[in-house]
Amino acid sequence: MLDFHYNQNKLKKSELMANVLTAAPHSEENVLIEQMGYDDHFHEHHDGDKFQSNFITTYIFSQDHKIIAKQFLITGMFWGIIGGLMSLVFRLQLGFPEESLAWLKPVLGKWIEINAETGMGALSPDFYYALVTMHGTILVFFVLTAGLSGTFSNLLIPLQLGARDMASPLLNMMSYWFFFLAGVIMFISLFLNTGPFSGGWTAYPPLSALPQASSGSGAGMTLWLVSLVFFVVSVLLGGINYITTVLNLRTKGMNMWRMPLTIWAFFVTAILGLLSFPVLASAFFLVMCDRGLGTSFFLNEIFIGGQALDHVGGSPVLYQHLFWFLGHPEVYIIILPAMGIVSEVLAVHSRKPIFGYKAMVFSILAIGFLSFIVWAHHMFMSGVNPFISNFFVVFTLIIAVPSAVKVFNWIATLFGGNIRFTAASLFGIGFVSMFISGGLTGIFLGNSAIDIQMHDTYFVVAHFHIVMGVAAFFGMFAGVYHWFPKMYGRFMNETLGKLHFWGTMIGAYLIFWPMHYIGMAGVPRRYYRFDTFQSFSQFDDMNKFITIAAIITFGFQLILVINFFYSIWYGKKVTEKNPWGATTLEWTTEVDPGHGNWAGKLPAVHRWAYDYGKDGKEFISQITPLKEGESETH
Amino acid sequence: MTILLVIISIILIAVIVVQIGKVTELAAKIRGEEEMQYEVNRSQGGYMILFLVVFLIGCVVSAYYFKNYMLGYGPHLPASEHGSILDKMFNVTLFFTGIVFVITHVLLFYFGWKYSAKKGKKALFIPHDNKLEIIWTAIPAVVMTFLVVGGLDAWNEVMADVSDDDKYLEIEATGFQFGWNLRYPGADGLIGEKNYKLISSENPLGQNWKDEKNLDDFLATELVLPVGQKVRVRITAQDVLHNFYLPHFRVKMDAIPGMPTYFVFTPTKTTEEYRQELKKYPEYNVPDPADPEKMLWETFEYELACAELCGRGHYSMKRPVKIVSQEDYDTWLGTQSSYYFSNIRFKDNDPWSDKLFESEISSKRDALNAAFTADNIGKDLPLDALSFKGDKAYNLTGSSKEQLTLLANTLKSKPGSRLKLSVTIPSGLENVTADSKTRLILDLLYSNGVNANQIELAPNIIASEDNTTTKWVFTLLGAGLSL
Repeated sequence: MLDFHYNQNKLKKSELMANVLTAAPHSEENVLIEQMGYDDHFHEHHDGDKFQSNFITTYIFSQDHKIIAKQFLITGMFWGIIGGLMSLVFRLQLGFPEESLAWLKPVLGKWIEINAETGMGALSPDFYYALVTMHGTILVFFVLTAGLSGTFSNLLIPLQLGARDMASPLLNMMSYWFFFLAGVIMFISLFLNTGPFSGGWTAYPPLSALPQASSGSGAGMTLWLVSLVFFVVSVLLGGINYITTVLNLRTKGMNMWRMPLTIWAFFVTAILGLLSFPVLASAFFLVMCDRGLGTSFFLNEIFIGGQALDHVGGSPVLYQHLFWFLGHPEVYIIILPAMGIVSEVLAVHSRKPIFGYKAMVFSILAIGFLSFIVWAHHMFMSGVNPFISNFFVVFTLIIAVPSAVKVFNWIATLFGGNIRFTAASLFGIGFVSMFISGGLTGIFLGNSAIDIQMHDTYFVVAHFHIVMGVAAFFGMFAGVYHWFPKMYGRFMNETLGKLHFWGTMIGAYLIFWPMHYIGMAGVPRRYYRFDTFQSFSQFDDMNKFITIAAIITFGFQLILVINFFYSIWYGKKVTEKNPWGATTLEWTTEVDPGHGNWAGKLPAVHRWAYDYGKDGKEFISQITPLKEGESETH
Repeated sequence: MTILLVIISIILIAVIVVQIGKVTELAAKIRGEEEMQYEVNRSQGGYMILFLVVFLIGCVVSAYYFKNYMLGYGPHLPASEHGSILDKMFNVTLFFTGIVFVITHVLLFYFGWKYSAKKGKKALFIPHDNKLEIIWTAIPAVVMTFLVVGGLDAWNEVMADVSDDDKYLEIEATGFQFGWNLRYPGADGLIGEKNYKLISSENPLGQNWKDEKNLDDFLATELVLPVGQKVRVRITAQDVLHNFYLPHFRVKMDAIPGMPTYFVFTPTKTTEEYRQELKKYPEYNVPDPADPEKMLWETFEYELACAELCGRGHYSMKRPVKIVSQEDYDTWLGTQSSYYFSNIRFKDNDPWSDKLFESEISSKRDALNAAFTADNIGKDLPLDALSFKGDKAYNLTGSSKEQLTLLANTLKSKPGSRLKLSVTIPSGLENVTADSKTRLILDLLYSNGVNANQIELAPNIIASEDNTTTKWVFTLLGAGLSL
């Protein structure tokens, strides 16, 4: 039951009523809501709020979607810094293999191996691979999945749909705390004696299933598996909530075709997650069985550590199918919310409707559906029957079509606009550039014949970093800058935001563009050093360049972190409800929406979310009824 | 101390960043927000165009600069027959995606600049244009179809396995932590069976010696192949996933324990020919940093690498690959010896120790015949160690019997020849056992028609601790006449 009794606003009733009556009584929005809104009698129930009455229940074990969104965001930022720092450490090793890393010994201890003769310190190869693995795991799951969709789905779904909160605030809260628990376990694994898991974020067996294959495949792998199983629980709990809320808690007048694209994106993302993450969990359970119960789901005819193992009959390829059945939708789970955010941000700041709203919706649906039938393009060189790969090539190249359509629609949104450059809109434009660059290289890789040469080289590393490691992050940054006023009632500093943008935009291209060349020269990925091979040794200078660019670009991210935290308390205050002049519902609440989001009735919706510049008006809020003779735009 | 300095620097930088922020906010207050925003729009719009130009030029220039390192360009045309099919697919894709890349970026940043907000300007209200949607859905769909058809055509051709009437050389590569075992089929052209349960230090691949196909297989530390000959590589792994990757040949395939995979290719350029091509390019006409006496093109070797993360040594699984002319390959083959005959024959795990192979019989016969010359008087005859089987009732092994039979025939064919038989017994072993075994040896010779006075039995020698088995050695005393 949707029971909000226990989530009473922390203001007393008299103060609440005072808010409604005195808060800009002539403000158009409040009048509209009072007159035409939907009365769900929310604020009449406040018989003792035992769950929101103290610091713990308000800020820690909160069931308010806005607080939970912030929890996801800040935890995501924490993990982003850790994952980023890891990449700096392993890039130091890769870029400067002849330089001593002995200065890191106080921090990394035994993972820096000192050569007895020369006194030079180098990162232990085991730990290099552990860092690479953790970098991938942390950034893909904790930052880009939880930190991106967790934050914005939670923040925006109720606010943009005109709902008081999620369908189940309790499950929502648990979704965050399972994520937190997963993080704690993963964090602990970093300090194990045998080291954290080091078999790549993809964790292919037999390497991941056999402790004798690598030290990271011991206790580190066990904790990695446990952590991620809890993470899957978090995603499922969140996903169920998002889907239910979108389907059931839209306010009066908010039909599916009037939802902003952010909601469509979060909705489809949640469906993808719900259907694909359980398969990942099942793959992990089977690995646990192979590790602990002596089963052979993924193991067959192995001689290792001087011993012929008893496991026969399994197939490592089965794991890959199960993993990538999640793995592919996962990357769309990452990019779709970013796309939704960018659509929103570009429309608002161009003062123009998003071009081709329905085409954008159908593209999201097509991408969502197709993402389930392309997974084996990650497995072209896995030894699967080449005949099967034919189907995956076809579907993979088909999925390029709706992606291209979206790019063209974003560009067309800018055409004829009156673009206001803010940090948010800059990141929106930057997103489109990155998605073009990264997406186009996907067309090479999706064609299996080309993948023969490109598979597992730096070309792949360049592709997924540009498209996930940059574009998705740009979507996230755009969302942070754009909705920070909604979250904290203050603005982030715009100049610092623009500085952050240009530094990151230029820096990211400098880091990842050269990797295409390295890949085309044949250099494989996941190599601790290139110089064992004469053919790969010619990139010393380029490796140094990339490492330096990475260090500088990471530095620019600190500008964001400082700006973010400083602005929470000292940022310029937001004085009007709708500082960006946007049409969507979240901007019709008070500057600091309390629990329940709207002080009185829920707003009712009469039009779609993109009436910017219609009939000469700067923007028309979704709650404004259609005028006499006005037809609704689609 | 350094940590303290680092922390202080970070705090200082944070303070500076915050101050920059504050200053700009003040400036905005003074100038007026709206005014400030228009100025910002103008300058950001300008940066968009600047970025566009620098970015596109940078992409093209950097690609040209590094062109000669990239496989498929400059000197790096493929060294295999199928390689050009794949490189062509890459270039076709590059052509189409390159066009899209340039056009979309130009439009993106140009629109960003052109449509930046100005005082008094209003945005156009264009919510959609279905005709445009159809056009820009159809065109990518057509291009994708074209790429799919070309790509699958290439894929199915390149990945096809050999057919029954193909002539090819089959070799096997087994990845392990952290290297490759390379196995050649030997004269019979067939790779023998292996079983992972048989792997030991004497049998690194677990070859099943009962399978006769294994007997001529040999292992190599380098992959040597004749140019122009189709090769089918049978790819397996011993412990975890590896990947057989020959970058210059556009060959790549995962190596899976328990599930053999394959790749078929034909090398078309010898190492020397590839070097001559590299020689033409300035990037390779520099001294090799690893060997400054030589130029980079001179020291070039093809290489085999691993392309699937397999543990801490993943980056170091290298084997040199040499493509040579057919004559050089045949010469090299002649220098290789079968693993079985070099390491297993007559040892404990040899299932064939009871018999001699035809090839062995004829080569031993020739060797024995050649040994009976005046020059070899005083030298030991070239016989393998004689061995016995059974616990209490001793019996010569089959192969020992065959050797002694050969010896007998040789002795008969050289009347007047004489041998000395010396027996070395390890200390601690009973004379009686050794003597009865010696008896068996002599009986076999005599029963084959050898004259008793052709063999002189020396007294038993007690060995030092080092010897663990009894040894029988025949020394030539007289060469006799040849019949």
